[in-house]
Amino acid sequence: MKWFSLPAIVVYLKEMRESLRDRRVLLNALLLGPLMGPVIFLIILRLAVAHEVEQAEKPLPLPVIGAELAPNLISALKQADIQVLPPIEDPEGAVRSQQRDVVLRISADYANDWRLGHPAQVEIIYDSSRREANSQVQRLRNVLNGYSQLQSAMRIIARGLSPTIMHPVVIAERDQATPQARGAMVFAMLPYFLVFTAFMGGMFLAIDATAGERERHSLEPLLINPVPTNSVLLGKLAAICSFSLVSVAISLAAFAIAGYYLPSDLLTIVVLNVGFALRALPLMLPLILLISIVQTLVTAFSKNFREAQTYLGLIQLVPMIPSLVLTILPFKPQLWAYAIPLLGQQLIFMRLLRAETISLVQSGLCTVTTLACVVGLYYFAKRIYASERLAISA
Amino acid sequence: MIEALGLHKSFGNVNAVQDVSFEAHDGEITGLLGPNGAGKTTTLRMLYTLMKPQRGEVRVDGFNTATHALEVRKRLGVLPDARGLYRRLTARENIEYYARLQGLSPAAIAPRVDELINMLEMNEFADRYTEGFSQGQRVKTAIARALVHDPRNVIFDEPTNGLDVMATRSLREFLKQLRADGRCVLFSTHIMQEVVALCDRVVIIARGRVIAQGTADTLRWQAGESNLEEAFVKLIGADAGELE
Repeated sequence: MKWFSLPAIVVYLKEMRESLRDRRVLLNALLLGPLMGPVIFLIILRLAVAHEVEQAEKPLPLPVIGAELAPNLISALKQADIQVLPPIEDPEGAVRSQQRDVVLRISADYANDWRLGHPAQVEIIYDSSRREANSQVQRLRNVLNGYSQLQSAMRIIARGLSPTIMHPVVIAERDQATPQARGAMVFAMLPYFLVFTAFMGGMFLAIDATAGERERHSLEPLLINPVPTNSVLLGKLAAICSFSLVSVAISLAAFAIAGYYLPSDLLTIVVLNVGFALRALPLMLPLILLISIVQTLVTAFSKNFREAQTYLGLIQLVPMIPSLVLTILPFKPQLWAYAIPLLGQQLIFMRLLRAETISLVQSGLCTVTTLACVVGLYYFAKRIYASERLAISA
Repeated sequence: MIEALGLHKSFGNVNAVQDVSFEAHDGEITGLLGPNGAGKTTTLRMLYTLMKPQRGEVRVDGFNTATHALEVRKRLGVLPDARGLYRRLTARENIEYYARLQGLSPAAIAPRVDELINMLEMNEFADRYTEGFSQGQRVKTAIARALVHDPRNVIFDEPTNGLDVMATRSLREFLKQLRADGRCVLFSTHIMQEVVALCDRVVIIARGRVIAQGTADTLRWQAGESNLEEAFVKLIGADAGELE
């Protein structure tokens, strides 16, 4: 028997041929699924960086109450590109009602205290629960601290002392995060996008190949051909995997390309390039097998197309759990964590992004356990496919 | 040659088929006649190996379905109750798919498919996607793919369901042609006229049991009626129609 006459191959070729004629399958597998992740990613990162830059560079409008009491302070503010506005009534109310992000009030005793050498008070009125205003408040605080330190240094020099006596302890920070590691925090959702793509790539085919065939009454005639049900299952799984694999490959390529268009300060801190794509692809292979079997099983238990779609939509959220856990509760991964399918792969992808080394034990462990699940679920699917209830249309 | 020996099948508490035995011979058309819900489809599903009987056994050309399922399937051409086609394949591609699954050699496929397309008068629509086919076109395609491997035994589940008069007539002629080729033809129906028009042997089934079998003449004689329809009603009991 020639290879192309093997029943599993016959089923595979037919599933591929039919799917390639289905616009919905193609759209999902080749366009929507694989490109959604990279595009969303690029947009979010660009927006985030643009926002930060804008906040840091544009003049900060600041209503000041009592500006006439501290002309030197005001000119220091103006030099720092802060736009000093006339005082307003009820500054607390204006901040609370979000009309103003931040207001500065110079105490009525300021001039007097200054002259006597007492601490002179200024008040920053803001709302710390408003995250978007925080960078402005921080900027104002830095300017005020700078002014204060400069003045104290000058007073000390005026008394013939060295300004260094003000700093008995000097703190020098040595952050051990590699630049890549800091960047990787932003990328915590990237592994999920890859898994999501693997789901999307094969989803419509998986539904079509079992629940769809049953709903359209073509499964019963198919299964009474002189072909082991095992071969039918294998052929269908192979077709689902092919679509899933192509989806993931396109997605990885898109991420690799997106890597070159990242804002330049992120470009230096995360490794998202062709090398990443080439190393991630083989790690995705066992996962693609696992996902296609899970999808086939789920659709075998669904009564029709719609039900299968609902279940698969829910299952698609499962791989989000490791990503969310890693984002919200970053824990130090022990070796056992790599043995959990989905979690293991996501941990490894994060390490790849952070340009950290991956031991053979880590990647081997996660591959072996995933493949073990594949084998177990395959036997389960095989039994379902051989059961007489599968073919009977509702 | 198809032999059913003491078949029994229940789903939960419902005894769908109880102790059903009959034979369908080569060169004959055998009709499985019964009201809807009598157990015809379940019986046929056991014959074509989709379901396993809980008791009893099925032999096709001497092969037991329980031990030689693949061998049996090669010898059967089946038009099941479910006759869905693949929408994004043409009628020809649908038939070719089954030819490959039946293990026909690549060189034999094209001539065989052409032969069936001519025989069933499908030339007009053979190369169109099956989406939007009429009921008659669907049934023809389903029959062609069922017969692509030239099986000696043919099982049709309610083949004329949903067909118009002309399509029904040509289907009957086709069944007679299969008989003339010396094949064993078994089909189920709930329509009396069909049996009268076609069958050499009749198996009457009601409430999951065979209640009479034999040639049309024997059955008339058994019931003491000259009209087969009267004989049928008498044999299955007047309330059988309520089983639906």
